[in-house]
Amino acid sequence: MDLTLKIWRQKNAEDKGGIVDYKVTEISDHMSFLEMMDVLNEQLINTGEEPVAFDHDCREGICGSCSLHINGEPHGPDSGTTTCQLHMRRFNDGDEIYIEPFRAKAFPVIKDLIVDRTSFDRIQHAGAYISVNTSGNTQDANSIPIPKADADMAFDAATCIGCGACVASCKNASAMLFVSAKISQFALLPQGKVEAAERAKNMVTQMDLEGFGNCTNTGACEVECPKGISLENIARMNREYLSASLTTAE
Amino acid sequence: MANFKLDAKVPEGPLADKWTSYKDKINLVNPANKRSIDVIVVGTGLAGGSAAATLAELGYNVKAFCYQDSPRRAHSIAAQGGINAAKNYQGDGDSNYRLFYDTVKGGDYRSREANVHRLAEVSGNIIDQCVAQGVPFARDYGGLLDNRSFGGVLVSRTFYAKGQTGQQLLLGAYSAMNRQIARGKIQMYNRHEMLDLVIVGGKARGIIARNLITGEIERHSAHAVVIASGGYGNVYFLSTNAMGSNVTAGWKIHKKGAFFANPCYTQIHPTCIPRSGDYQSKLTLMSESLRNDGRIWVPKNMDDVMAIREGRLKPTEIAEENRDYYLERRYPAFGNLVPRDVASRAAKERCDAGYGVNKTGEAVYLDFKAAIERYGKEQAMIHGLKDASLEKIIDLGTEVIRSKYGNLFQMYEKIVDEDPYTTPMMIYPATHYTMGGIWVDYNLMTTIPGCYAIGEANFSDHGANRLGASALMQGLADGYFVLPYTIGHYLSDDIRTGPIPTDSPEFEAAENSVKEKLDFFVNNKGTHSVDYYHKKLGKIMWDKVGMARSKEGLTEAIAEIKAIRKDFWKNVSVPGDSNDLNPELEKATRVADFLELGELFAKDALERNESCGGHFREDYQTEDGEALRDDVNYAYVAAWEYKGEPSDAVLHKEELEFKDIELKTRSYK
Repeated sequence: MDLTLKIWRQKNAEDKGGIVDYKVTEISDHMSFLEMMDVLNEQLINTGEEPVAFDHDCREGICGSCSLHINGEPHGPDSGTTTCQLHMRRFNDGDEIYIEPFRAKAFPVIKDLIVDRTSFDRIQHAGAYISVNTSGNTQDANSIPIPKADADMAFDAATCIGCGACVASCKNASAMLFVSAKISQFALLPQGKVEAAERAKNMVTQMDLEGFGNCTNTGACEVECPKGISLENIARMNREYLSASLTTAE
Repeated sequence: MANFKLDAKVPEGPLADKWTSYKDKINLVNPANKRSIDVIVVGTGLAGGSAAATLAELGYNVKAFCYQDSPRRAHSIAAQGGINAAKNYQGDGDSNYRLFYDTVKGGDYRSREANVHRLAEVSGNIIDQCVAQGVPFARDYGGLLDNRSFGGVLVSRTFYAKGQTGQQLLLGAYSAMNRQIARGKIQMYNRHEMLDLVIVGGKARGIIARNLITGEIERHSAHAVVIASGGYGNVYFLSTNAMGSNVTAGWKIHKKGAFFANPCYTQIHPTCIPRSGDYQSKLTLMSESLRNDGRIWVPKNMDDVMAIREGRLKPTEIAEENRDYYLERRYPAFGNLVPRDVASRAAKERCDAGYGVNKTGEAVYLDFKAAIERYGKEQAMIHGLKDASLEKIIDLGTEVIRSKYGNLFQMYEKIVDEDPYTTPMMIYPATHYTMGGIWVDYNLMTTIPGCYAIGEANFSDHGANRLGASALMQGLADGYFVLPYTIGHYLSDDIRTGPIPTDSPEFEAAENSVKEKLDFFVNNKGTHSVDYYHKKLGKIMWDKVGMARSKEGLTEAIAEIKAIRKDFWKNVSVPGDSNDLNPELEKATRVADFLELGELFAKDALERNESCGGHFREDYQTEDGEALRDDVNYAYVAAWEYKGEPSDAVLHKEELEFKDIELKTRSYK
């Protein structure tokens, strides 16, 4: 198929940026969206132009590198899908496709479609860990049985890939789904309970410092999350945070 | 290094006591002195991440580097099936010795016994450690950890978190890093790439790195440098590796004196989604764990093959008696659970014979129908449904399969656009893991003092073939539990050294050579893109240095790679600047290294006149097509010393001794 791509080009963080039109032809439906972008870039390189910069790495839907706002939706039209797992069979010959970077104040553009998501890392430095040393002299792994239901729920929360689609889809650019998934994973496991209150307070504080907005329960994050992270995590985080605020001394 | 003698530094004493007595005798560094010692870790996957966290925990100042925007995105995250550990929670006869034995046998007797035994010894601790960190492994209804089995073994020792074990283990290591980053003990350099090693006074004392956002070239010094940059499977262009996975860090230290061992050992993973077209950028793996429940087959009759390819027949319409379950036929003892090299070659053999089931003729079926019915019947019993209909049984069984492999099935459906619950998956082998890598001694030190290599970047534990669920085990064993001891022994001599200055002539020279190369690329204004060359290299590698190799093919490959490399340095085109974010420039430096490694890879394959594990020479096979190993002449590690062009590389041999395991023909029949 032949497509018209309307792509956000921005030389660097200071540049104003704008949409530039490109044409690609003979795109196969079996291609992934990023392979279609590869075709465009090969075309640009061959004409001496700078290719479009975009983040991608594993191309298996797990590393969370790929981003892209496609026709106004993070990771494009399919639900439960990262951009690298989106296939061109979802598009039609002659389509015009808008491709833009994820939009949020806390995700500044670095170049073209690449944004800086290190705010997510800084939130995790504030407490997304269990304070155990790495000596290996820990107790036997089976010494604390964990009910399967709890382990499964913790796993479901832990499947977050940190891509930031939740932030990009939120009208408030809130990071609550991401942060709550981290807080939930540890809160649901006995090993994480000891520091749960501190963790919730510190991570929420850092989230606010990074400039993410608040949650107004719109639910767009859950809809756009490629890994189906549930809003229940936000409810759990709010409970954790509230009880932490009530019970721990400053 | 003309008369350099490879010394593996394996401790004396009985195999089972080596690691313990070694740890008792090594020199330690006083905690107060650790504060004045810096360590650089390049790569932050399972090996690098766990090493960085542990070294920081011990008190060293760690500088960690990754090319991704966050350590959490390292490609270890994509590992699916699980991690082995000799916990014997299942009571099915597992032990440290059995894990050791399976790994040495699985590696086709081409790994170092002492290293593998140590790996087995610490494997149990890894699980304890990860659970303590909050890694949500799968559990059974009693709340205890669940296990499954993997190819090449007869016990259930694989711990897993659905099909996302690598992700969960990496996030565990990353969380341990976060704790140390928060404490200021790890300085994290995201979006940075190491482009050279700096040696001062014969010791590794730093690196030259490029800030990938600003293009700035930076000097970083340390008392030791740890390379944990993963494997080099992307030499094939198409592989299951992440797009950015590269050999640069390993290749740069090779050029500075680290020997490169067994480059020709590459694991071809048997269960990947087949290639569909020329535009394809990578191959996607389906976890080997699927072979626990999937049966592999192709049609028995050529008519059926043709009808399937032309879309006139569906695989579900082929009667049981007209299917060739070729693994079960050829290897009755292990069946669908034979090791990866055996399963891969068997698929190739059937496809080469014309029985491939997709348009390109390069696919076999992985079928879950029998497992769905078996689980369904079991569930019906559990739920007290005595007269359950077949439909109900299939529903119940499908749920069991979904809970075990749901995310893999979903991934398959997205890529292929077919439902694997109702129609068999199509799979074909693809390049996955590279067992070769930087040569290291028992301490995990390379032939450059103070330069270490861990995880997939080194050559040490998997021999010529890697069993499933062993890579995660080795990465974490090296990072959490081995390197932190061995590096201390070396650093105990450095407590009075003080900070290493970065204004020395050695740093200056390394920086200049890096800059020169980058300037070359952006100024060359050639006619072909980097990918143009990478794809050409990949095709030669796959056709002539892939799943099967021959003397003629390898000789041709070497000449062809040389020619491509020459053309690359003349005609490559890299748009943009070097002082800017420039993904094409990043690719160019990596492909330049692949173009050299590829030749050494082929040279190593040509030198090894035998078939073993991930190195199959068509000229060395038994009558029934099995690998023909030559223990008399080739039971050694091939460690190559750099001498300029890859063709000038000098071979050093580390003879492998098998004192505790008898070398036997590896049979899975």
